[in-house]
Amino acid sequence: MIGKILRLERKEEKQKEEMKCYESDKIIVRNLNVYYGDNHTLIDINMDIPERKITALIGPSGCGKSTLLRCFNRMNDEIEGCRMEGQIIWRGENILDENIDVVELRRKIGMVFQRPNPFPKSIYENVAYGPKIHGIRDKKELDKIVERSLKAAALWEEVKDRLYESAMSLSGGQQQRLCIARALAIEPEVILMDEPASALDPIATAKIEDLIIELKKKYMVIIVTHNMQEAARISDYTGFMYLGRLIEFGETRQVFENPREELTEKYITGRFG
Amino acid sequence: MEKEEDKMNEFKSIKASHFKSKIGVAITASCFLIAVLFLIWLLFSVFSQGINRINLEFLTNFPSYKPDKAGIFPAIVGSVYLMLLTLAFAIPIGVGAAIYLAEFAGNNIYTNFLRHLIQNLAGVPSIVFGLVGVAIFVRFFNLGRSLLAGSLTLAIMSLPTIIVVAEESLRVIPRQFREGSLAIGATKWETVRYHVLPYAMPDIITGIILALSRAIGETAPILFIGSIFAKTPPSSLLDGFLALPLTIFYWTRHPNPQFHELASATIIVLLMILLSMNGVAIAIRHRAQTRREW
Amino acid sequence: MKRKSKERIISYILLLTASMAVFITIAILYALAAGAFRFFADERVSIIEFLTGKHWVPSGGTPSFGVLPLLAGTTLAAGGALLFGAPVGIGAALYLAEFAGKRVRAIAKPILEILAGIPSIVYGFFALLVISPIIREIFGASYFNAMSAIIVMSIMILPIIVSVSDDAMRSIPKEIREASYAMGATKWETAVRVVLPSASSGILAATLLGLARAIGETMVVTLAAGSVAQFTFNPLNEIQTMTSYIAQVATGDIPPGIAVDAAFAVGLLLFIITLTINFIASHIVAKIKNGGWRRRRIR
Repeated sequence: MIGKILRLERKEEKQKEEMKCYESDKIIVRNLNVYYGDNHTLIDINMDIPERKITALIGPSGCGKSTLLRCFNRMNDEIEGCRMEGQIIWRGENILDENIDVVELRRKIGMVFQRPNPFPKSIYENVAYGPKIHGIRDKKELDKIVERSLKAAALWEEVKDRLYESAMSLSGGQQQRLCIARALAIEPEVILMDEPASALDPIATAKIEDLIIELKKKYMVIIVTHNMQEAARISDYTGFMYLGRLIEFGETRQVFENPREELTEKYITGRFG
Repeated sequence: MEKEEDKMNEFKSIKASHFKSKIGVAITASCFLIAVLFLIWLLFSVFSQGINRINLEFLTNFPSYKPDKAGIFPAIVGSVYLMLLTLAFAIPIGVGAAIYLAEFAGNNIYTNFLRHLIQNLAGVPSIVFGLVGVAIFVRFFNLGRSLLAGSLTLAIMSLPTIIVVAEESLRVIPRQFREGSLAIGATKWETVRYHVLPYAMPDIITGIILALSRAIGETAPILFIGSIFAKTPPSSLLDGFLALPLTIFYWTRHPNPQFHELASATIIVLLMILLSMNGVAIAIRHRAQTRREW
Repeated sequence: MKRKSKERIISYILLLTASMAVFITIAILYALAAGAFRFFADERVSIIEFLTGKHWVPSGGTPSFGVLPLLAGTTLAAGGALLFGAPVGIGAALYLAEFAGKRVRAIAKPILEILAGIPSIVYGFFALLVISPIIREIFGASYFNAMSAIIVMSIMILPIIVSVSDDAMRSIPKEIREASYAMGATKWETAVRVVLPSASSGILAATLLGLARAIGETMVVTLAAGSVAQFTFNPLNEIQTMTSYIAQVATGDIPPGIAVDAAFAVGLLLFIITLTINFIASHIVAKIKNGGWRRRRIR
């Protein structure tokens, strides 16, 4: 009993100290440079990403937006020859530090990919995969989590009667929502989305966009998209990238209606890309 | 308060996951290690037992009931003759069949049937080919227990592998090679002969050498046909013959342990031959790949 | 027009060579069936007794031809080899496909090729003269025992199990693994919970191919497992498999006559069994190579 209280006190002190350094849960990017072999893919990126907002990264193909996104959950580690320099600071720690437990990081920062990639298992098993790995074994608990996540992904009504069918039998839009449910099931704090609707038809895209707007109530969302209109529709902040550099970053309204940089204006008015 | 305990539990579970991961990788790595260690053990035992017996006399003597005088000369000659004859039968038929399947055949029932048949033939146990060799070549065609019968048996055993490899080698040649030739009015055969086959040759030869190295090491097919009584190398196609694997077989079973050493010496010779054949095959493949223009 | 007819002739010749496959198959079937027919035609033999009898005594005054002891021998030897070889092979394949670095994978390929290229007679030698004495020492087995053959055969079938399993695991697309890593799963968890189940049909095919190989193996069992046909599943005993009986006939240890014909009947049975297993396995392998499971309907 006393031990518990002592542990608690120590924890509270530590938290107060952390709070002193960083006032909020923003993700702060400082001097980020990424290299694929000799290729300098991301150049001197600096940005502050606010929490509980949707931040969109836009830019022409090959500008490095996906690479930047994959830095936040260290997915670039899986690519050979990829080197990341600089700092990405979240909750008082540098995500890019070698000593960070990547596995632990990815439980807090989830990702949805461009092409839906459900596991060749049942719908239920797909969503339950994450929690199971976290050690949750109780069937009732898992059932609750699965239902909660599928509802949050706006998929529950469509699949509640066929939870044990293969995920491969779903349509593309449904599969993508399943992937979102899967990511939500482990209750991350940040959700990264790499062109989540690009492989889908317009109706499914609209559903996904509505879903993303709902998500910002609870999560920080960073979304990469090549669809400018989509960025303008759903995001609160926008970053425009070109050839590996962050050209402009700010509130979506400002970036689209009153861009500071000439390059940004050119891209937005469709003069290239 | 709840959140803190949750955090502790999650921390523990991540540590446990990392630990389990390390153990798992170690277990599977040791599975691979088992194979490697076994290979080393096997090669070491064979070499250590047999190396002393290898000398020029061993290679040039004839078999004898006295271990110090026994040699494998007829067996070497027998194996070489077998190999050459098998090549002579298997290559034209095998490459011909591969050319037909890759270049001439349409997509009809018969050709698909042929392909399935060839694939299944590749999985027939070698001892069954021994039975077939006896029934068909030794008895039916009345060739007796001869070099001819033995090599025909090995040839039909190697055919499926050769056909599969050769067909694959032809298939990987890009379409453009054929189209260029056909466009100027060459026939299919001329196209294959002058514009496709030369480029597929290195891969085909590699495949043939590999199929052959399997054949030369096989005992079962020639168990019925080779003869322990063939003390001299065969001088005609219809003579009886010895071969290296057969010698190894008989000497391994010999009650006198000195013959066991002779058997391992013979194994060393056989492995050396196989090594050089495979070495040649790899060299050909390597040279072809560096010169490859596509 | 001479060119055209030459072309025709050539294509017929090539068709003929390709049809050699048919001739060979007919030859195999004829050889086995004729011998088996001769065997079953003998009044001392009945098919029922052949398939259900527990005594295999091919020579002597009152020969008996129940094939069950030979079947038991084959089952013991091949089944035992699979029992050891499959887990080790699948484990090694998992290691190579999911965890091993480039350098390890680079040396793994030649090592497996060498293991596959060693003639079975060499494995047989090793089984009888190196492994068997150890088995006898530790377990008190008889001079010829099934165990030594089982151990050696399990290594013999490793290359094929590893290579087919490895292919199956590699055919799982990278995106599936990425999805798992992105959720905070370790490499091990991903390999066991995602890759392994997804590749299960390929791994099954690998196991079947290994089994077929072990069933058809002759030299190892002939040299090390013995030549006494008894109905037993004790690996410390001497046994005779279908293949080693045929080999026994080949080496002339069996007097000519009905016992030799029996070899053809056994050969026919062996052929049918291995053909069936290979057929099922290659069907599954073909499905993997065409990316069969990857087909999804994206509407």
